[in-house]
This record gives sequence, structure tokens and C-alpha cells, in this order.
Amino acid sequence: MKVNDIVEKLNLKVFSGKVGLDQEVTGGYTSDLLSDVMGNADEGQLWVTLQTHRNVMAVASLKEVAAVIIVKGLEPEENTMSQSNDEGIPLLGTDLETFEISGKLYELLK
Amino acid sequence: MNRYKADLHIHSVLSPCGSLEMSPQVIVDTARAKGLDVIAITDHNSTRQCKVVAQLARKKGLMVLCGAEVTTREEVHCLTLFENFEKLDAFQEYLDQHLPDVKNNPDVFGHQVWVNAEEEILGEEERLLISGLKQSIEDVEAKVHELNGLFILAHVDKKRFSVYSQLGFLPFDLSIDAMGISPLVQVDELLKKHPEMKEYVLLRSSDAHMPDQIGQRYTEFLMEELSFDEVKLALRNEKGRKTEIGN
Repeated sequence: MKVNDIVEKLNLKVFSGKVGLDQEVTGGYTSDLLSDVMGNADEGQLWVTLQTHRNVMAVASLKEVAAVIIVKGLEPEENTMSQSNDEGIPLLGTDLETFEISGKLYELLK
Repeated sequence: MNRYKADLHIHSVLSPCGSLEMSPQVIVDTARAKGLDVIAITDHNSTRQCKVVAQLARKKGLMVLCGAEVTTREEVHCLTLFENFEKLDAFQEYLDQHLPDVKNNPDVFGHQVWVNAEEEILGEEERLLISGLKQSIEDVEAKVHELNGLFILAHVDKKRFSVYSQLGFLPFDLSIDAMGISPLVQVDELLKKHPEMKEYVLLRSSDAHMPDQIGQRYTEFLMEELSFDEVKLALRNEKGRKTEIGN
């Protein structure tokens, strides 16, 4: 399944990084501690977080995740979006809470 | 130049996690007994206890820097210190404006009261002080520097509430006056893990929550006299002033 398929199925907002919507998704990882994500996320996963800081995109790029989903209707900071464009990693958004979006994602990807 | 012992991360009775023994009088007496020359009162997201401590300390030849240990939106702990009460009040206003309206439960988190020199309660903070401010780490840094204050990352080696645990690595354009480290951390090992820390001045403090932790570990400043500006120079290692920590 590609990032774009998930965007459509879960009705996600695309903030930035549209170039990467073609990426294949291998799974998901949910965490708000960036140090934890650096240690445990895998390439190709969708990363679910409430963090909006620019470092999110740097970690996303380091771990080569397929895309980042920001929860609860939170808006990423301007420089987070510009870095998402630079890296070509989509920054997505949902109004759902972490528990709900992770559950839906799990249903799709299991 | 003179050598001064500094412990710039101390919690008072006001912090929910701070011991009720941490009254202004006890803090000042303990700091003097431990041979400290400069301390900072850095309660979680509040500056409301430090003035009384500073006033009491003045009579005892102890310098007290006033500020707070701020929890940013990312839940990074940062020490903020200000040169006078006017700047401190302006920062308190900022804290009041951005602290979430979540009530403290004293039975769970501890009491959040501030007291006078006689240890009588002056007030109680109703909102939970350990919440994250509705401001990013960059917002807090900008506000502190707008007020000519010092912005220091707290206990960067910790696995919780440190810039590294919360944000993975140092944000690119953050202007930092020093990086705080925990009392017992081994500096050489820390520098191996985070080589970029070599570019910053390190500040070792006790993060005391109880009297016997005050001055447990400290930092030494080489400077002309006890003043905010001298501390600033020492933290920059400028004009012959220096900051020294043991390994």
C-alpha cells in the first residue's frame, strides 16, 4: 500500500512533501519521543506523533520513514513543513487522536 | 579573579516535587553551609518563590539568581534566569499566559505553595506546574533572550525531559547559553555520545529537591565579583572569566 492510498482511506490532510506520496508503506510506529523513534522506527513506516517541531522531519529523514501523521488537528510549524518538502517525506494530518488513528492504521496494514 | 561555587538548579517548596522542607530559610542556610556562593531557584514553570529566597540571601552574602525551570511544549526542561525582579515579573506574566489550565491534585503531585521568610504560606498555585507550556522550545528561548535572560538546557543527559530525549538532537537554530548536566554524569562519556556538546559550556548542578541535595555537585565560576553580568561572562568564558566543571 502506498502513502497516497492511506491518505485517501483515512481522509488525511497533506501539509507538505507531496513528492513522497508514492512511497510504499511497510508498517507503522507511534511515539512522541524523538529519541525513541530514532532507536526503534523502521524504514518505510508511517510515524504517528503529536510533535510538530522541525526535528520531527530530521528524524523522519534519518529513519527513512514513509510519512509522518500529526494527530489531533495540530498544525506543524512552518519550518517543519519546509523541511518535509526538502526531504520529500509527506507530512500528513488528522483530527483523530493518536489511539484512534493508530487503530485505523493497524487495521489497514496488519 | 575569584573562584565562586555555583549550584544553578534548585527547587523550592513551590515545585510539586520539591520537599516541603525547601523553604527560603532552609535553602539559604544549607547553601551557605555547603560553601556555595551562587545559587539559582528554578521551580517548575513558576518564579513565585525565588524573590523571598533572594532577599533573605542578600543578608548572608549569598547570590541568588531568579528564574524557573520551564517545560516547553515538547516537554524539554530548560533553565531560565533573569537579572532583576522587573525582568522576572515580565517572564512570570509570560508563564501565566501560556501554562495550560490543568488543575493540580496535591495528593498526587504534591503541594504548590510559596512562603515568606517565616515559612508562612503566601499563596498557592492552582494550576499544575509540571504541565508543558503552550510554547515551543524556540518560543521560550526567544522570550528569555528578549528579556536579556539566560537560557540553559536542563540535564541534557537524562532519558526524560531533556532536549535529546524529546527532540532526538539539538534543534538547529536554538541559541543556548549553557547545557546543564546531571550531578553524577560522566562528562567524557557524554561528550563521546554527543560530540557537538564540546561547543557549549557545560553547567553541572544538583537539581536539588531536598535540602541535603543542595550543592551535592556544583560548577565553579572564575569571575571578578558576584553579579549577573559576571555570571554571563563566565558562561561565555570571556574576558578572563571561566566556567569549570569537574569530570
